[in-house]
Amino acid sequence: MAIMLEARQLGTTIRGRNVLNDLTFSFQKGYTYGIIGPNGVGKSTLLKLLSGVLPPSQGDIFLEGRSIAAYSRKEAARKLAVLQQGVLPPIGFTVREVIEMGRFPYQNWFGNEAVDCSPIINQAIAAMGLEKLEQRKMAELSGGERQRVALAKVIVQQAEVILLDEPTTYLDIGYQIQLLDTVKSWQREQGITVVSVLHDLNLAALYCDEVLVLHRGRIAALGKPQHIYTTELIREVYGAEASIMNHPLTGAPQILLAPNVRINNGELE
Amino acid sequence: MLLLAVSIIASLSIGSAGISFTDVWGILLHQLPWLRDQPVSWSEGEIAIVTQVRLSRVLLAVLVGACLALAGSGFQGVLRNPLADPYTLGVASGSSVGAAALILFGYQAAVGIWTIPIVAFITGMTTLLVVFWLARSSAGLQLETLILSGVIIQAFLGAFVSFMVSLSNSVVNQILFWLMGSLTMKSWANVYMLIPFLIIGVIVLIAYAQHLNVFLLGEGQAAHLGIRVERTKLVVLACSTLLTAAAVSVAGVIGFVGLVVPHVIRLIVGPDYRLLIPLSAFGGGIFVLWADTLARMALSPKEIPLGVVTALIGAPFFAYLLHRRKRLEGGA
Repeated sequence: MAIMLEARQLGTTIRGRNVLNDLTFSFQKGYTYGIIGPNGVGKSTLLKLLSGVLPPSQGDIFLEGRSIAAYSRKEAARKLAVLQQGVLPPIGFTVREVIEMGRFPYQNWFGNEAVDCSPIINQAIAAMGLEKLEQRKMAELSGGERQRVALAKVIVQQAEVILLDEPTTYLDIGYQIQLLDTVKSWQREQGITVVSVLHDLNLAALYCDEVLVLHRGRIAALGKPQHIYTTELIREVYGAEASIMNHPLTGAPQILLAPNVRINNGELE
Repeated sequence: MLLLAVSIIASLSIGSAGISFTDVWGILLHQLPWLRDQPVSWSEGEIAIVTQVRLSRVLLAVLVGACLALAGSGFQGVLRNPLADPYTLGVASGSSVGAAALILFGYQAAVGIWTIPIVAFITGMTTLLVVFWLARSSAGLQLETLILSGVIIQAFLGAFVSFMVSLSNSVVNQILFWLMGSLTMKSWANVYMLIPFLIIGVIVLIAYAQHLNVFLLGEGQAAHLGIRVERTKLVVLACSTLLTAAAVSVAGVIGFVGLVVPHVIRLIVGPDYRLLIPLSAFGGGIFVLWADTLARMALSPKEIPLGVVTALIGAPFFAYLLHRRKRLEGGA
């Protein structure tokens, strides 16, 4: 098995405060990884470090065995794409033009490519079901539609590693499942590596091969969800009581929160 | 481009000296070596007016307008702020402080004809940094805060320039020149000085046009697509400031050109900077040329400052943009 993305003694300091400390882990090619942890623990910071946009204070990141700092920015963008948190702004460009911007790492200084990229773009538009919208302006689209454009833009980047920063945050549950299903089937088809910051531990268990749990700037656990999801871990990391059950269809561990105040048959116990 | 040519021809032909259209073109064509021997129907004085005064002034108006409109599209692109322009950011006033100080203290030729634009660039860049620093908050650069800081600095520096001019024994005209801009009493030397700045500006900004397109998606998106965000910002801001400094050195502070022109072009061709940047240069040339023609003809033979004309057009336009932004944020 080949290692796609690796962190060694990774650490970073933001405004004098140590946010992440001594993280060492490696992600294998062709798998889906989830990064979870409480708010403010540095999940998004870790993703910025992994993408090479934010240089680490300590340690290093290796993309296919080579330090990410050694890649030119465009070279790195051909290997690694990021789906950012939040939606694309409502600008005057059309859907197709925005998706084409995903080809930026392959373009020359004037925005032209050596090879015609329209088949790649058409494919991404079809995969995201955006055919009817492709000539519409971004400003005319709903938030969910713009999210699909953002994903199409990431697809045309043709990277081998995809980083997703809380991709489901602003979506209704129907769209959440739709988006993660799309990413999963695309990942299986192309054999790419997906690393996703997720808020929802249950979604992480459903879609990720392995999950990395961050707590106080360090790795609290890393492994298959069925191995690491324990009531002790939830208590330690989130300070919450929970029961863990297996999903009736997939067998993945699902967390049921246990309230301190219980309501049974409408009566407080 | 055709529109620019028509504008140049028309503007050349209009003037307070009352030289006829055919004579103007007779004089100009007569300057061509193979037409030298034709009989003439005009005086030496008329030749001087057309070649020394009017032609250089028309070309200068086109160049100044192109510089300012390019600077405006650069600022708007990199700041993703539709209200940004050399005037509203205070950069034009900042440049004028450096240029005015040099002229008043008599150092304008310390290192040749480039002295004024270089010093104007340095003071313009410093002003931009001060404006950024003033507008900085935990939420990053807010669009309106940035423009507010720019306008405050612009007012302060304008007063400062007036004060400096008052200290010297110059006439009120000089103050007006620096605050409202003018193209009177300029020569071919000014035209030659502007050309290299314009060429550098056009090349650099066109090279970054696709970067600016991707910038519209947000700086994070741009970074993830392989753009060096900080470098792009620095280059485009410096280049836009350089263009502003060059224009201000020649023509004083002419407001709103960099605001109006890119917007009108955007309405016509859409948001793509690969078209927007070159077309803004042409549009700026046409806009300032007509503004200047109006400035010298409206109360002929008296001139009104060029900046008065551009502000009378530009300030209401600015108000309209501000209003539209508010409406977009409030409703849809």
